Amino acid sequence: MTRHDPGLPLTVNGAPATLRPDRARRLSEALREDLGLTGTKVGCDAGDCGACTVLLDGAPVCACLTAAGRAEGRHVTTVEGLDGAGFAPLKAAFLRHGAVQCGICTPGMLMAAAALLAEDPHPAPDDVREALGGVLCRCTGYARIVAAVCDAFGPDDPPPAPGAGAAVGAAVRRLDGAPKADGTDLFGADHWRPGGVVLRAVRSPHHAADFRIGDLAAWAAAQGNVADVFTAADIPGENRFGCIPAFADQPALAEGTVRFRGEAVAIVAFEDDGSPQDLTGFPVEWAPRDPLLDPAAAEGAALLHPTRPGNLLTEGRLRHGDASAALAGSAHVVEGAVETAFVEHAYIEPEAGAAWMEGGTLVIRACTQAPMMDREETARLLALPEDRVRIVPSAVGGGFGSKLDVSLQPYVGLAALRTGRPARMTYTRAESMMSTTKRHPARLTARIGINTAGRLTGMDFAGLFDTGAYASWGPTVANRVPVHATGPYRMPHVRAVARAVHTNGPTAGAFRGFGVPQTAILQETLFDRLAGAAGMDRLAFRRLNALADGDETATGQRPGGIGIGACLAALQPHWDRALAEAAAANAAGGPVRRGVGVASCWYGCGNTALPNPSTIRIGLSPAGRVVLHQGATDIGQGSNTVIAQIAADALGLPLAAFDLIGPDTQLTPDAGKTSASRQTFVTGRAAEAAGRALRAAVLRQANAGDGAALRFDGARLIVAEGGAERVLDLAALPPDRFGHVLTAEESYDPPTVPLDADGQGAPYAVYGWGAQMAELAVDTRLGTVRLLRITAAHDVGRAINPVLARGQIEGGIAQGIGLALMEEYVPGRTENLHDYLIPTIGDMPEIESILVEVPDPEGPMGAKGLGEHVLIPTAPAILNAIRHATGAAVTRLPALPHRVLAAIRDAGGGA
Amino acid sequence: MTGYMRPHELTEALDGLARGGATVLAGGTDLFATTQAPRLSGPVVDISGIAALQGIARGPEGDWRIGGCTTWAGIAGADLPPAFDALRAAARVVGGRQVQTAGTIGGNLCNASPAADGVPPLLALDAGVDLASAGGMRRLPLAAFLTGPRRTALRPGEVLAAVTVPAAAARGASAFEKLGARAHLVISIVMVAARVELRAGRIAAAALAVGACSGVARRLPAVEAALAGVPAAEAAGRIDAAAVAAALDPLDDIRASAAYRREAAADLLRRAVARAVNQPETEAP
Repeated sequence: MTRHDPGLPLTVNGAPATLRPDRARRLSEALREDLGLTGTKVGCDAGDCGACTVLLDGAPVCACLTAAGRAEGRHVTTVEGLDGAGFAPLKAAFLRHGAVQCGICTPGMLMAAAALLAEDPHPAPDDVREALGGVLCRCTGYARIVAAVCDAFGPDDPPPAPGAGAAVGAAVRRLDGAPKADGTDLFGADHWRPGGVVLRAVRSPHHAADFRIGDLAAWAAAQGNVADVFTAADIPGENRFGCIPAFADQPALAEGTVRFRGEAVAIVAFEDDGSPQDLTGFPVEWAPRDPLLDPAAAEGAALLHPTRPGNLLTEGRLRHGDASAALAGSAHVVEGAVETAFVEHAYIEPEAGAAWMEGGTLVIRACTQAPMMDREETARLLALPEDRVRIVPSAVGGGFGSKLDVSLQPYVGLAALRTGRPARMTYTRAESMMSTTKRHPARLTARIGINTAGRLTGMDFAGLFDTGAYASWGPTVANRVPVHATGPYRMPHVRAVARAVHTNGPTAGAFRGFGVPQTAILQETLFDRLAGAAGMDRLAFRRLNALADGDETATGQRPGGIGIGACLAALQPHWDRALAEAAAANAAGGPVRRGVGVASCWYGCGNTALPNPSTIRIGLSPAGRVVLHQGATDIGQGSNTVIAQIAADALGLPLAAFDLIGPDTQLTPDAGKTSASRQTFVTGRAAEAAGRALRAAVLRQANAGDGAALRFDGARLIVAEGGAERVLDLAALPPDRFGHVLTAEESYDPPTVPLDADGQGAPYAVYGWGAQMAELAVDTRLGTVRLLRITAAHDVGRAINPVLARGQIEGGIAQGIGLALMEEYVPGRTENLHDYLIPTIGDMPEIESILVEVPDPEGPMGAKGLGEHVLIPTAPAILNAIRHATGAAVTRLPALPHRVLAAIRDAGGGA
Repeated sequence: MTGYMRPHELTEALDGLARGGATVLAGGTDLFATTQAPRLSGPVVDISGIAALQGIARGPEGDWRIGGCTTWAGIAGADLPPAFDALRAAARVVGGRQVQTAGTIGGNLCNASPAADGVPPLLALDAGVDLASAGGMRRLPLAAFLTGPRRTALRPGEVLAAVTVPAAAARGASAFEKLGARAHLVISIVMVAARVELRAGRIAAAALAVGACSGVARRLPAVEAALAGVPAAEAAGRIDAAAVAAALDPLDDIRASAAYRREAAADLLRRAVARAVNQPETEAP
């Protein structure tokens, strides 16, 4: 570039534009930074995810792989230009079909679809899958996306808005959907303030090492664009965080020792002026140590944390009855082991956010699942009172558990605090994968017995979980696993132990299911062998042993609203059909064998026997609107919509009258974390209570009874009862401190009974239930698995929003497929989205979702949680189907082709 | 030279490269993927705007020339004889549409990944490469150009100007088989290409190549020779797993074990040969 270079001219979305003349730069970067077109998302910078897809002269390209110079003089179309290009109906179709969840992949999907639709406005599903194969989605399971593209130019008649009292159960389009389809929703990387600093982390390339930082001042001065550098010594507060306070052990910046590859040791604040952010030569000397990477070797190894003998983080135990005696007296006992891998959350949005000072308050806007916990932890690290830290969650491009832990919040906070200037930070894909939490690798063993009638007698279970370098949610996994080890079945005698041990692997934390998906793999695959031993049909075996109302769980609890029997019953006709079809196909012989498998799930909603209250505030505005202060972070799962639906019906006003505020720690009361499948249940109960309380306040003002109907007439609230109408003139009432004329705020905390030393108690107030059936074909020459269909029956108690519920099921199944067949995170080896594989649009079978509604006595309007349940049965159902097809018992996941083929050989099969 | 140039003439690009130190940028799908930085470092010569490096043409002798900057989308959509079916099939599975729109055949070869999907089909076509530099043009057989994993015979200042296929190899029909752990965007565990020519219902010539089972994809001459004269319907069954395994040198890695790769290669070759012999155009004139 020369001094007089006028810039790089091109046409963007039909209008002339000029980019900085930095031609070897990624086009994605140029569009976002120079033109503010942040609808083009960056998920990987490697062409692996397709989120940055734009059209270059009409052809789809990854903007991250395109040199800006190549766009000179050409036409670029981004998501912001879709309307102008005639594709507004495509965006409407995405909303109509429920194809948008978190929204981070949506622009890429839309652009890839637009390129296809320009050639063929009515594509067949296979054409859509081919055209969209280059865009990854981690939320939806893709089915709704395929449907939306096929129907892009179909009629868009919005369903009638539900009237007062009719919101719950209606297939309402997500309330926060439109900006996601427009590309205007602002994710963590999409909002920053000019004139600040941009942060980069210096991270350990070693699994374990001691380190020494050299002359920072000299290095920083030599760079010319370094505003500041921060190390552990600069953390003003207690340099330790962790979501469970008693176990908090992780430094925000390491202090002389790193315990996993990717751990941050320093933060460099560069001038945010487009100059290169170059960490080359950063003065740090590493003295690598022998890393502990095998959890089985943890007990005798050098300690990662001196206060944890044997590198044991924690152990969860459960004893109910006498498992040894029960097994000894059983007619049949099966024994087995399963080993699973680290699994990466692989949301398409790498961690990103910004911070700035507003007066004396530090404002942090970043992607998160837990704003209040972010506030607590950041305040402690930065030695600030909590009321001087305000957390404003950005739109969140997928979380699945990992964004419960703080990531860059302390870094941007520290930089804003220390420099007094705005700060922003965006993790690279590699940083996101290296430094954030994973699903725990598990090594599980169990023995399970049955009597001569095929009824379960007892279970002895032991699990070793690799919890990695720091505690994170390891204790939660260790506590949840024994409770859920039996699956949703009557198991009179149980012994279960789960140990979480430290290694120098990545920190294992929360990931959709908290260890239960791994546990279900072993339990459900052993159940198939038990059914065989009993000479029973595998579904009949499960139906015989399924929990029913009045039954006791292994913790001695008798839950209400048990829906597993109904779920298994719902599968029966599908099961009969599938078995017949598989048998017919297999009768023809050949190397491709069909199989059918089934597995169940149950999952306790909310924290395990610990308080986890939610609070919801609802107000009536002087303008005649209902204002919902909704602090539950919507990471794509739909709480913005579901909580509003519950509140609307509790209050008795139509959903269309609602405005949403939040989440924002300054504007919304604490609705807890988006975790543990708790938002619909716990925050839903708070919303129901707040809605009812506001209704009661209105009725008191109007001196009306509970049967009255409410409606707005402008700023007047009409209360109609019998033939009479009373009018509340809201504009005439004095506003309270929230600006509302009437406000109600209610909390709900699930009633639980703590677990005793034997794991006995009532750890959850609500459980959700489900069962899935997988049909597949195994190529016995190559060990490859082709999924044909998954039928999923889930008891949601009450489907508050059936479209969103089905979206959760389809997305959870996609993650279950990944867990079963392809996902394995290896530190140092799979820190990208081409070596770490998640399912693509072509990997999804047909999914049939069956929503079962067995009302829960405790849930809001009968509703139960669903978010985590949905991926638990998928992997075991697939493994059971592989075994049904071939006899192969795959005991190490993922079931990659070479492992399946080896298992087929072990079983004496194969072509 | 300046930081980034995108010439329209090959000579201009070669002059720029002759000054040394510059990186050649073709489709960018590999080059940008090797860094997480917002820009490519150092001087860059972007050769994607050079018309002489684009397109597919048949020479007077019946030989074929594929410009080095021809994209995968360009190859997939080209009107080519059945001998190129394997190459066209490979073009449809290199990344997604976005990568196929930008990624080039020359870039795929210069990147020299052991798992490059374009290589086995080209080996089965006896392909060569034309390497241009300010000093002139030289031609190498593809097998000599690829010298190892991520290594080629490309010299500083050179550009892969074209891939050539001799008329004698553009005959018969071909098939491509790719095995990966998912449907799209997947690095191959194994992939194979088979090109066969039939005469009177028997194999007159077979060209078999296997990728991702050695540092560089390989032809399998011993296995090919064993098919000569075999009736078409029996050809796939005559592929000897032990001979295939002996010709390969795979690694254990995160995607598969070496033993599995050997076995899968033989199975995929059988499938590819079975498909190739069933093409109506396979019979030589």
